[in-house]
Amino acid sequence: MKKFLSMFKKNKATGKRNTYLIMGTIITGLIVIIVLVGLFYTPYSPTKMDSSAKLQGFSFKHIMGTDHMGRDVFSRVVYGSRITLAIATFTVLIGAGLGTIIGAITGYFGGILDEFTMRVVDAMLAFPSILLSLVFVSLFGTGTYQVAIALGISFVPSFARIVRGEVLRCKNMDYVEVARLQGVSDLRIIFVHILPNITGVLVSTIMIGFNNAVLAEAGLSFLGIGSQPPYASLGNMLSDAQSYLFSRPSYVLGIGATIVLMVLGFSFLSEGMKRWK
Amino acid sequence: MRYIMKKVLSMALTLFVVSICVFFAFSLIPGDPVTRMFGTQATPELIEQYRQKMGLNDPLIVRYFRWFTSFIQGDFGTSYDYKVPVAGMIAEKIPITLTLAIMSFVMMVIISIPIGIYTAKHENGIADHILTVINQIIMAIPPFFSGIIMTFIFGIVFKLFKPGGFVSYTKDFWGFIEYLILPAVAIALPKAAMATKLLRGSVIDEAAKDYTRTAYSRGNTTNGVLYLHVLKNAMIPVITFMGMALADMVAGSIVIEQVFGIPGISRILLTSINNRDYPVVETIIMGIATMVLVINLLVDIIYRIIDPRIEVED
Repeated sequence: MKKFLSMFKKNKATGKRNTYLIMGTIITGLIVIIVLVGLFYTPYSPTKMDSSAKLQGFSFKHIMGTDHMGRDVFSRVVYGSRITLAIATFTVLIGAGLGTIIGAITGYFGGILDEFTMRVVDAMLAFPSILLSLVFVSLFGTGTYQVAIALGISFVPSFARIVRGEVLRCKNMDYVEVARLQGVSDLRIIFVHILPNITGVLVSTIMIGFNNAVLAEAGLSFLGIGSQPPYASLGNMLSDAQSYLFSRPSYVLGIGATIVLMVLGFSFLSEGMKRWK
Repeated sequence: MRYIMKKVLSMALTLFVVSICVFFAFSLIPGDPVTRMFGTQATPELIEQYRQKMGLNDPLIVRYFRWFTSFIQGDFGTSYDYKVPVAGMIAEKIPITLTLAIMSFVMMVIISIPIGIYTAKHENGIADHILTVINQIIMAIPPFFSGIIMTFIFGIVFKLFKPGGFVSYTKDFWGFIEYLILPAVAIALPKAAMATKLLRGSVIDEAAKDYTRTAYSRGNTTNGVLYLHVLKNAMIPVITFMGMALADMVAGSIVIEQVFGIPGISRILLTSINNRDYPVVETIIMGIATMVLVINLLVDIIYRIIDPRIEVED
């Protein structure tokens, strides 16, 4: 915690604050707080329709206006952000979890298993991530859980590659040799000795992972393949709002800006963490 | 030459692995294509007859090689839904998606290289600081949102183009190109921002190296050092990124085609995914994968030309 707070202070060597980290924490923190509060309270029910208040602009009553069914856009955005964030978290958990295990084991042991796994990883990385998730969605079917799993699997290769590289770098260092001489088992060396030493890289990668997961989820649900209504995520809502661009242009703004802010928050965080070391 | 041969071989191997993964993945999904074809009219005899005819009773390996050999010969199978050859379905759509991707790529290069060089040259200047912040923000705007915003500004406010008024390249080629400009910008912007950032960092790194000082001491001007020595080395990581970006753009155009109502391969891919029309999905995925791998190969070859130090790695 103390280390966490120290990041807001000026760097003693350069006399500069880490603006990226501070901005990232503020933006992401704000979004997470609003989403958490939204679990218990939103100004309106996200599904309550009001035929007398369709497609309104920004006002004090409806800060992001209302949609084509008279629902409060802000309440829906809070609700949609929750789904987008939940899917992103799940995606990163699968991607980072499996990727770390695969990358650490193949990097540490090497050999034919490593050779084979890296061929598959290369083949998967050759696919643009959105296409890879489309492949998995077409295999698993469309829906909230399926998309989370599909995205998660498509994130595994990049995590595996990064962790493998880091483990390769560390595995011949002195502290690993010492542990090996003391008779510590290989698995314990990997997960207890090496892994804590690569958390810096891992955390920054996880933040980029969040950044990409939010973008990918929004893209997929924008195409109508992601989470299905009534669990509308931000992408679905943006796709709906696009149809009313002509009659109520401000409708897309609140939703789009939320996606941008969410991505911006994570990208600032990852940028800041990279500069922090 | 040996280098290129080796790269071509490794590409063929990867493509082979991809084809195995794609084929087996789609074969393992529950659901029988014949039952799907006939729906409620399916009788056991009819199903058996067609399974025999389509060779579905053969072992998976045999089916894979049959599929693979006909695939290389340009026979991509028949769509379950439309009952027409897949090749014909996508042949006229591919030029649209490909043109869009190439236009986005050209825009990314035109935007990122001058800005990247400028910001690196004036590191820590006011323009550099402003452009770096703008860069970071542009990276966070997904193409489908910037696409919508551009539709609004240029289509509804200024009425410079007609939203949804796509013209096919067979009818009016320049009208077609004109309609693709905004979608291409939408795809190019975030990639250009990333390329700018990368180029800036790379030029700054290279400028701190010894050979730069040597070049200066031989009486070169800043511009001379920058354009004759530094840039060539600084471009190497940028070219890797741009190769990946081109591959991403082919896939990224799928989303943008939806935003601007462009009838490229996106619509076919999406309906096929929703209807589980696997021959079509398989073909499009294999097609994009091949394109991506060819792009990677070209990047490797360009590498070798820029930097002959790159050896054949074992």
